[in-house]
Amino acid sequence: MPSLTVGLLTRLHMAVLERSYKRYEGALLPEWSRFLIIPRHAVRNIFRSKLFTGFYALSFVWPLVCAILIYLHHNAEALAILRVNVVDVLPIDASFFQAFVAVQGTIGFFLAMLVGPQQVSRDLTNNALPLYLCRPFSRSEYVVGKMSIVIILLSTIMWAPGLILFLLQSYLDGWAWFSDNIPIASAIFLGSLVWILLLALLTQTISAWVKWSLAARAALIGLFLIPSVFATIINQMIETHWGNIISLTALIQNVWAGLFGTFARQAGQVTEMRRGVVVREVFMTEPPLWASWFMLFLICAFCLWLLSRKVKAYEVVK
Amino acid sequence: MTQTAAVTDSHLNDSAGVITLDNLSVSFGGRPILKSLNGELRGRAIGLLGPNGAGKTTLIHTLLGFHSPSSGTARIFGSDIRADANQIKRLIGYMPERDSFITKMSCIHFVRFMAELSGLPPATALERAHEALFFVGLGEARYRNVDTFSLGMKQLAKLAQAIVHGPKLIFLDEPTNGLDPPARQRMIKMIREIRDSGQANIVLSSHLLRDVEECCEEILILKEGRLVVYCNLEEERKANKKFLMLETRGDLQTFVEGVTKMGAECALTSDHRLRIILQEGNEIRDLYRLAAGSQVQIRRLAYKRDSLEDIFLKAMENGDVSEARP
Repeated sequence: MPSLTVGLLTRLHMAVLERSYKRYEGALLPEWSRFLIIPRHAVRNIFRSKLFTGFYALSFVWPLVCAILIYLHHNAEALAILRVNVVDVLPIDASFFQAFVAVQGTIGFFLAMLVGPQQVSRDLTNNALPLYLCRPFSRSEYVVGKMSIVIILLSTIMWAPGLILFLLQSYLDGWAWFSDNIPIASAIFLGSLVWILLLALLTQTISAWVKWSLAARAALIGLFLIPSVFATIINQMIETHWGNIISLTALIQNVWAGLFGTFARQAGQVTEMRRGVVVREVFMTEPPLWASWFMLFLICAFCLWLLSRKVKAYEVVK
Repeated sequence: MTQTAAVTDSHLNDSAGVITLDNLSVSFGGRPILKSLNGELRGRAIGLLGPNGAGKTTLIHTLLGFHSPSSGTARIFGSDIRADANQIKRLIGYMPERDSFITKMSCIHFVRFMAELSGLPPATALERAHEALFFVGLGEARYRNVDTFSLGMKQLAKLAQAIVHGPKLIFLDEPTNGLDPPARQRMIKMIREIRDSGQANIVLSSHLLRDVEECCEEILILKEGRLVVYCNLEEERKANKKFLMLETRGDLQTFVEGVTKMGAECALTSDHRLRIILQEGNEIRDLYRLAAGSQVQIRRLAYKRDSLEDIFLKAMENGDVSEARP
């Protein structure tokens, strides 16, 4: 009987039964961490899509393949059975990890394309921004929160598995390899981060300006494809590689090459010969590394400016 | 570092008014929208009235920090809206006029999300989201997607997100828009409950005079961006200012002269209607005597009080916008 009374009393004190207005005077979350509320709630929604979940699972295939390759490198018995000298065919060096980042970066692009374009546009379409911004939550926290969705997802498929592979290789090869190749680890992390930040900014900017998600996805592809086509035309016409300065794909590849130490300015050579005699020889050079970094910085700054124009509680029509 | 809501309130100046307008002006693209608003509001429920385009919503948005004042400033509980915007936002809840939601979320998820954005820890946010939804009457529908709600339910969900974090000041922008009479009654009842709880002040913007009259103690009437009327309904009610409304037939000139000689205030509101405020010592039988003497028939005589509608219509009829100051 007493337990029943206690039970009833407990039920009577359940919050939902107190149907009156009361102020909140309890603990508050620290302000710096509030932007993380957005990705926490968004990720739950994102993984409701079977298409996305399937694609996300597939994005771990390449890291798995790389892990197997690293393992085979250090397994003499396996190599003997396969009768292949993997060490010569595919050395585990900066180029190996650069290729890993490039492949995962491409997969990351498609993941960002699936997730990013609807993030801001949904809020704008449904007038949700006043609800965010009337709270102690700034516009920059909103943008960082929305970008975090892409940043967190892409981090799990790019630099996180990349560093795990690096540690696996270090474990199998020994301390000497680890200490000699520390710059590769930083290149994996920094290279991935630059790409992830670029994709996060681009997707959110497009999302803020293009409300229809299909059109936003097309715009994202166009942003990479169209300048690359123009860059190729410029490169062909004036026999240079300076056209790459407008191609996002070429810019990021140059930045990755710079970080992994595989960047070479002289990227091609055109030789014109007549009757076995060289009549013209042109050396095609890539734009310098600083130019690629500077262009990426400009693109990011432009995206931020575009976002600041659109992410407002209410748009004032002048 | 976890802070508490009570600590964040400690900077508040209790002696300061709820809202203090200090020469507040707002312009968009060089066009003035709010023009030098001044005054101090202290009521538990403050009503903002005015025709469409008067600047009610702009005033609320400026107080919320969505627009910057072009000159002057305003203070909420003594904190400046320019300098302490973040501190002010911790204390306020806002129910926007237009539909504002996050799609593909259940109502409970939506309200909980809003509570978390206000700084509540996840578990507390969920608990308070349940409480808020039960309070507004959406308890049974709380697991339904907000997209599937009717207009009335959406209004209630908007109210729930505005109060879920227990703010000290709640801005309600046209809360009864699009509601049928029973739903409107429920909304008004809830607003009055919040007001009477004494735990929150309310700013209610509406063009429906009845809503404001039923809920508010102080009224601001805006016209063309200026404050044209300030009225403390509570004091008006306490003062019990009544007047006589007479409907008559006959030549009123002699009658009006007689009434004025009696010492009563008299105003002709139309051809046959008179508004009379009797002074001490004046009796109604004196009016009948005067009417009989000046060949005037009194066809109807009733005690009336200035309704909010009268105040509002007077303010709107007055073409020359003059300023009022609370």
